[in-house]
Amino acid sequence: MADIIVLEKMNKFYGTYHALKDVNLTIAKGEKVVVCGPSGSGKSTMIRCINRLEEHDSGRITVAGEELTDDEKKIDLVRREVGMVFQNFNLFPHMTVLENLTLAPRLVRKTATAEAEAIAMKYLTRVRIPDQAHKYPSQLSGGQQQRVAIARALCMNPEVMLFDEPTSALDPEMISEVLDVMTDLAQEGMTMVCVTHEMGFARSVADRIVFMDHGEIVEVAKPSDFFVSPKSERARTFLGQILAH
Amino acid sequence: MSFDLSLIASSLPKILQGLGLTLNLLAVSTLFGLILAVGILLMRLSRRAWLVWPARAYIYFFRGTPLLVQLFVIYHGLPQFGFIRQSVVWPILRDPYWCSVIALSLNTAAYVSEILRGGVLGVDKGFIEAGKALGLSKFQRTTRITAPLAVRLALPAYSNEIVSMLKSTALASTVTLMEMTGVARTIVADTFAPYEIFIAATIIYLVLVWIIQTAFTLIETYANRHVRKT
Repeated sequence: MADIIVLEKMNKFYGTYHALKDVNLTIAKGEKVVVCGPSGSGKSTMIRCINRLEEHDSGRITVAGEELTDDEKKIDLVRREVGMVFQNFNLFPHMTVLENLTLAPRLVRKTATAEAEAIAMKYLTRVRIPDQAHKYPSQLSGGQQQRVAIARALCMNPEVMLFDEPTSALDPEMISEVLDVMTDLAQEGMTMVCVTHEMGFARSVADRIVFMDHGEIVEVAKPSDFFVSPKSERARTFLGQILAH
Repeated sequence: MSFDLSLIASSLPKILQGLGLTLNLLAVSTLFGLILAVGILLMRLSRRAWLVWPARAYIYFFRGTPLLVQLFVIYHGLPQFGFIRQSVVWPILRDPYWCSVIALSLNTAAYVSEILRGGVLGVDKGFIEAGKALGLSKFQRTTRITAPLAVRLALPAYSNEIVSMLKSTALASTVTLMEMTGVARTIVADTFAPYEIFIAATIIYLVLVWIIQTAFTLIETYANRHVRKT
């Protein structure tokens, strides 16, 4: 399979703080990767580097064949191919659901409004909320907002979807409706990189688990291996903490 | 002292003759000031020091000196220079109306640019990031996301500035303009009844402020319709 994301010896600093240390990771098209680890381990920073919401300081990042540099044109090209879902949904509050979904296809892909709306309705149906199309984000529940956010990213027809703790801001009863949508997406063959603490989702959906701690990738393993017999002490400690209850 | 209610009533229509000029000064200066404020805002938010520092200096100067002094410098001070009297701008700087408009516009621009900057800084970074992640260009993010949200955040402070501007137009009376306060001062000079005349002027100003406040309440309600829950 073709590699769609390649991170090579990537380093990232915040001032003197070494946030990412020599990160190497290759993700193939169609692969589902779950990134986990304690808070402050660099998971979010790493996936935010993939669409250059954060700039890396050294090493190479290649996404969909383009290397990420200061070149704004290439950054925009990469961002079109990489959808992202945020912890806090980040739906544009002054636009209706439908406007949220059609904005980027119209402005970036130059899709005609009618066509963009048809695509938007298709994805809203897929995330099971077509009836909310004309509401504002503030009128929706957290779970609905996050499903809209997923649909918004899908409207750009991306090659890859990044999820940055998509269920962490949700009330417990809304987590499953979002995970169900993500599971559907995985089954349709979407390439996915998810930072999440939902180990049930990781176990059932991920092809590989990437475990990070202190800015390093400590362990990369299949879920069956990772959850049963983690190789590193740090991963064992982490799993012990989050699976204890 | 005696207090003459009928004098208030009879001076109201006379003072209202200055209403047109008051509203004219308010509208024209607010418009020019807003245009200038957007330019200063863009300079102030730039990453280039040679754009930021002139904007900061401008804001510091116009917020740091009294509007009355600014007006006097423009109206009484600039004509001291021969080259200004010889220049093409002299027909404008000779005219107290334009001097008032210039002083009010320059002054309000400093405040409004800071009000708008407060709005821009208040926009949740997450919305900008969502725009980036969708591949929107910087211009598209600015016009579709940052600007509309910043304007909504800035509206309450901006309405305050408009009210303040209304009252500032009274200073134009010091450079001979017959706006409402100018008219009131003339009547006072004739009647020696400052109490009643200025009460009449006060009533009109309060009505105008009420109209401005109500208008902004309606605008804010409309602009924030997305915040309401069903």
